[in-house]
Amino acid sequence: MAAQGRHGGKKSNKMTALVVDDNTVNRMIHHRLLDNLGIENVAVVNGKEAVDIHCSGKTFDLILMDMDMPVMNGIEATRQLREMGIRSMIAGVSTRSMEREIREFIEAGLDDYQEKPLTMSKLISIIHKING
Amino acid sequence: MEQIEKHDYLQAHQKQPISQLVRSRKETEQEKMVKAETDEQHNEHQYEQNELEAEPGERGRKKPQTLACFSCQIPLKTCAEDSTIPVAKTGLPVWMLGLAADRLRADTNRLLAFLFHQGILDEQFLQLQQLEDETSPNFVSEVVNIYFHESEKLLRNLRSLLMDREFSDYNKMGIHLNQFMGSSSSIGAKRIRNVCVAFRAASEQNNRAGCLRALELLEHEYCFLKNKLHELFQIQQQRALAAGVRYPMQN
Repeated sequence: MAAQGRHGGKKSNKMTALVVDDNTVNRMIHHRLLDNLGIENVAVVNGKEAVDIHCSGKTFDLILMDMDMPVMNGIEATRQLREMGIRSMIAGVSTRSMEREIREFIEAGLDDYQEKPLTMSKLISIIHKING
Repeated sequence: MEQIEKHDYLQAHQKQPISQLVRSRKETEQEKMVKAETDEQHNEHQYEQNELEAEPGERGRKKPQTLACFSCQIPLKTCAEDSTIPVAKTGLPVWMLGLAADRLRADTNRLLAFLFHQGILDEQFLQLQQLEDETSPNFVSEVVNIYFHESEKLLRNLRSLLMDREFSDYNKMGIHLNQFMGSSSSIGAKRIRNVCVAFRAASEQNNRAGCLRALELLEHEYCFLKNKLHELFQIQQQRALAAGVRYPMQN
């Protein structure tokens, strides 16, 4: 049986990540950032697909969750993943900067929040929290 | 982007705030422009000299270009006359193609310095360029072209909503705006992002007139950015072609 990582991901040499964002440009950039760090990653286009991929049995060390998405937004998706017992690092990534909006997102179950645009240094700071 | 140029950007970016980076680039570009103008003046002078020394019947006629060394003014032999001169596929001496590559590089730097100085782009564009490498040499242009394609759809949607006499769905407008804002900030389109912030504020206040004004400004900024980035990619394409000609594949 595969050992569990600190945040519930399958422990292996290669870290894994899930990008959840409805915007194609953001998905491409986040995918490339993760690729450059040697992190295997998959991208989905809304919160429902993020929940569904976990229901299929897949788990990830890191989830980059956008807030505003159609079908199911990031707040609702985060809430559902936590209710399912997913303990992966979930980092919210959004253009929102108002405190009350961010607080609602964090209270849904985020481990971290970063304002867009996501940069390499922001991503590294998120990853340090996984390994720390 | 060439590794050396990327390194220059990274070095400057890591050590200096963006405003200093842009200032130092401007100074460098100004020096290059002055040198380029001096070289052009020298070339014109050289041509005038050639005209004066030509036979009366030959003045003004299109004659084979007389090339001379810029520093010592010794006439250079053509490649046909001197087989020791390395020749590119164009038939021109290889050293001449370097001048075109240098000019294109200066054009790239000048345009980027302008875009940063005017606040049209910010350091996120540099971050994007850093993601480009040998495995994805066209990453920036691919992402930006997708950005253009999606942005035009979003702008059409926003205009269509606001032009509707019975418009009242500010939530729907907010969704399109968030999309536009997110992708604009991800590619470093700073001015567009700032206009989106103002647009969002007007939308949250249900201020239709404010939204219309913001939309017009957004459309204007978007057109400007698109033209400038197209120009940048064209120059970069020319540089890639020049590099390919300058260093032809050996069979």
